[in-house]
Amino acid sequence: MTQLISSKDEVSLVVFAPLSNFGGMRDDTIFAPSSGGGTAGVAVIRISGPESGDILKSLSGETLPVPRYATRASLRDPDSGEALDDGLVLWFPGPASFTGEDVAEFHIHGGRATIEAVSTALSGFNSCRLAEPGEFSRRAFDNEKLDLAEIEGLADLIAAETEAQRKQALRQLSGGISEIYENWRTALLRLLAHAEAAIDFPEEDLPDSLLYDTKHNILSILENITQYIGDDRRGERLRDGFQITIAGPPNAGKSSLLNELAQRDVAIVSEHAGTTRDVIEVRLDLGGYPVTIADTAGMRSTTESIEAEGVRRAKDRADTSDLTIFVVDASIQAANSKILAMVRPGDIVAYNKSDLLEASAPIPEIRDVETIAVSVKTGAELDKLIGSVTERVGLALSDSAGPPPLTRLRHREALEDCQSALARALNALEVELMAEDLRLAARALGRITGRVDVEDILDVIFGEFCIGK
Amino acid sequence: MDTYDVIVIGGGHAGCEAAAASARLGASTLLLTHKIETIGEMSCNPAIGGLAKGHLVREIDALDGVMGRVIDRGGIQFRVLNKSRGPAVRGPRAQADRKLYREAMQDELRGQENLSIRAGAVEDLKFGADGAVSGVVLLDGAEISCGRVILTTGTFLRGEIHIGEERHPAGRVGEAPCLGLSQTLDKAGFALGRLKTGTPPRLDGRTIDWQSLVEQRGDAVPIPFSFMTKAITTPQINCHITGTTQAGHDIIRANLDRAPMYSGQIEGTGPRYCPSIEDKVVRFADKERHQIFLEPEGLDDDTVYPNGISTSLPEDVQLAFLKTIPGLEAARVIRPGYAIEYDYVDPRELRATLETRKIPGLYFAGQINGTTGYEEAAAQGLMAGLNAALASGGGEPFVLDRADAYIGVLIDDLISRGTSEPYRMFTSRAEYRLQLRADNADQRLTPKGIAVGCVSSARSVRFEEKAKALRSARDQLSNLTAAPKSLTDLGMVVTQDGKRRTGTRLLAYPEITMDRLSALWPELGELRQDVVEQMEIEARYATYLERQNADIEAFRRDEALEIPPDLDLDMVGGLSNEVREKLKVARPASFGAAARISGVTPAALTALLRYVRRREQAAV
Repeated sequence: MTQLISSKDEVSLVVFAPLSNFGGMRDDTIFAPSSGGGTAGVAVIRISGPESGDILKSLSGETLPVPRYATRASLRDPDSGEALDDGLVLWFPGPASFTGEDVAEFHIHGGRATIEAVSTALSGFNSCRLAEPGEFSRRAFDNEKLDLAEIEGLADLIAAETEAQRKQALRQLSGGISEIYENWRTALLRLLAHAEAAIDFPEEDLPDSLLYDTKHNILSILENITQYIGDDRRGERLRDGFQITIAGPPNAGKSSLLNELAQRDVAIVSEHAGTTRDVIEVRLDLGGYPVTIADTAGMRSTTESIEAEGVRRAKDRADTSDLTIFVVDASIQAANSKILAMVRPGDIVAYNKSDLLEASAPIPEIRDVETIAVSVKTGAELDKLIGSVTERVGLALSDSAGPPPLTRLRHREALEDCQSALARALNALEVELMAEDLRLAARALGRITGRVDVEDILDVIFGEFCIGK
Repeated sequence: MDTYDVIVIGGGHAGCEAAAASARLGASTLLLTHKIETIGEMSCNPAIGGLAKGHLVREIDALDGVMGRVIDRGGIQFRVLNKSRGPAVRGPRAQADRKLYREAMQDELRGQENLSIRAGAVEDLKFGADGAVSGVVLLDGAEISCGRVILTTGTFLRGEIHIGEERHPAGRVGEAPCLGLSQTLDKAGFALGRLKTGTPPRLDGRTIDWQSLVEQRGDAVPIPFSFMTKAITTPQINCHITGTTQAGHDIIRANLDRAPMYSGQIEGTGPRYCPSIEDKVVRFADKERHQIFLEPEGLDDDTVYPNGISTSLPEDVQLAFLKTIPGLEAARVIRPGYAIEYDYVDPRELRATLETRKIPGLYFAGQINGTTGYEEAAAQGLMAGLNAALASGGGEPFVLDRADAYIGVLIDDLISRGTSEPYRMFTSRAEYRLQLRADNADQRLTPKGIAVGCVSSARSVRFEEKAKALRSARDQLSNLTAAPKSLTDLGMVVTQDGKRRTGTRLLAYPEITMDRLSALWPELGELRQDVVEQMEIEARYATYLERQNADIEAFRRDEALEIPPDLDLDMVGGLSNEVREKLKVARPASFGAAARISGVTPAALTALLRYVRRREQAAV
């Protein structure tokens, strides 16, 4: 009882593999260099498919190596017999492999020419071709080695830049997140089965408390899900990076602060131009957490249209980021009032150029906002500023407590659908209406990892109740 | 040699409905059965309807099938199940007098134009040069030719009865099985499986201590199944309830090694939802009591059917066990319970018309397709009968989908998923349950029946009257409006926002009924009772029905995406071997049907869709 070709399912499948590129038959054997580009000591080429064993033998010797043990072998071109490299080979017979098919790996020297030579030899086999992007994962999914959420975890793990991202992705890949959703879904299927049993078997002496218990349990799942999605987007922020905007009037020292941050305790991960010519982004690893800092155009009233556009974008940016650091010039306090009107609770205001103030001069306090007097020029109190930012990022992204976080909007949307269906189920006046919404709720969770089937429900009914008439 | 358009083999619930449906469409039809006296026999429990099954009967009736009219004549206790729940999940059910039911059925068939009935055992089928069915061969060698054959052989295909260690070939108690036909199907290459079903011992009502038992009454005013029945006139009786005891469970446990289901003597799969008492005792070991309904088999028949204790334990164990049941301590057993194993065909061999893909002109309906239950059988018989007759006349197939009817759910489940246990209908199988109600079966299906030509003119006229009354009442209600003030004066709770509300909108409030509205608008008091009821139900489900309608649209879009029947699945890339094999067996006609096959993942569907699209583009 499932409707499967929903647009959401299709979209979610496209996230990890461009389906349009899979032309040939599944009986193909595919190969691809699986280690990164650039020269390295060792490179790994992986092959998967029914011919993997034969191909491995043709290149490395008469017999297949012991499964899952590294074996030293000299690799030869199967046609010319010419030596290609001296390396290690590994043999993972299916279904106990990453893709579920027969898989082999060649660990060879990392030079470009060596990779090229082995690749050429592999393409020489009729049934063997270069894999499309994502095709190994796709085969793992098709062979039910990984579910959808785990595949997403794998993609995130491969893309992980920081320690916290790595941990989160690994948790998703190893099924930690799927397990949470599956547990809820299983619980919902049981509740649905209870409701269905009450409907379809009115003559049976089912426990009287059935429906009361069902509502009670719906409430507790609903509370769990509500709590789970009320996580302030922790997982998504960790995946996408914590957004910090530096804003303030021109010449207050915003760019200098950014440069200073980038050169001091933090390492620059990548630097790329912002989406607009007025916003410069730098991606940093701050205490293990990914952070994107944007330096915006100086804010001031202006009549010139190009500059006005830059100011508008700066404001938008500040509004949507997780934290805004307003940098103002401490020495000209009178000019700051318009800027400070934009400060939101939780932001940081850095009074720069403290070196120009008298040593004991106090800086203005703002309610619910941290104010720090710093000097980018002398470095005074910069450590305090960085420490404060790092602490906020850590608080926002750390997952030391609680369940593994939501990592994707797709999951959040499905959970929100589930949440509203459960809320309706709780208020339903009739059991068949409650069942209707429980079904929708379970289906919403099923969209994340799998599917809902009527047989699942009947299994529960007949497994738990003695139904005879 | 005699010639017919359609020959129906078997006079059970599927066969009767198939023969009547085919003849209603004007095809010359022959019903062939072992014994004319057992046409319409209820081999198992003496009851029709129940949850989901009652829905099926109403749908059969809406297409002018016979089952509803027959049970209205043969029913001796009518009860709507789930009366405390919402209208979508209420199921009409009736206890039948087996003899009255049988007689009413035979009466219906004898009165049916274009239908001949003949006793005879079919031994083999005949095929034309094109491989299509061309006739049947009887046991005595006689041949009858025809264009279409509908096989409704029930449990007779290589049927074998088990009572304890005893076993013997039989179609049901006292009747020979069909062996020849089983071989014919085997030869034709049909995948045959083995199923099992069971029946309880029958008791002599005169030896039951009724005084000590709880009575179960029928509804005070019995509601008929058929749209055409005005009132139930057969006298009504009561049933009684008792239950098993720990002492009885002990006896069963001590004798499990002699139960064919546990000793390995039976290989067929039994239904999960109709387990034998030995199954219940094993699977639900901590349950202290299993309920038993004592159902009389007729007004002038002392036989009692103890519903809930079907068994194939040896006779001596059955006797000892019955003595432990309150009220049955001294009960005499008329006939011991037994299990029966029989062949069924993998229904994925069938098209939506119930015609086999392998042999043109051959249709299967009923237990042969792996279902259990009289109603499930009758529903398939009806559809096979209609389609065989339509095909004879060169007409288009008549197919119902999952959003049309429980009949559509039943057939789609069978042909796209197959079954590995006896398939029974449940309301939970119908995803559009709130639409597919027993109360609106006529609204959903009779217009389709009129269009295809299987509905009598008497029914058409009566249906049109009701449909017209319903339309005008809906218009009337949507044009009546009231201000909040006047509603409050009548004790209805509405927001005082000054906005006038329509009658339709007001009826959607859970506590507002047509009765209360007619205090405001007396003209509503004039409406027909059945119209009032249906409008109240529609209003009650309105928001859910709207949401479901969106779902149905999506479902119908998927159904409209056809998978070409000649598609070479080996050429489709990106399918796992398992999925490929499943698609080859079921050959779904649409993407919607493919999605319902278990194990077919969204990924597989996407790969299939891409291949079909590309093929279409290449063909242009």
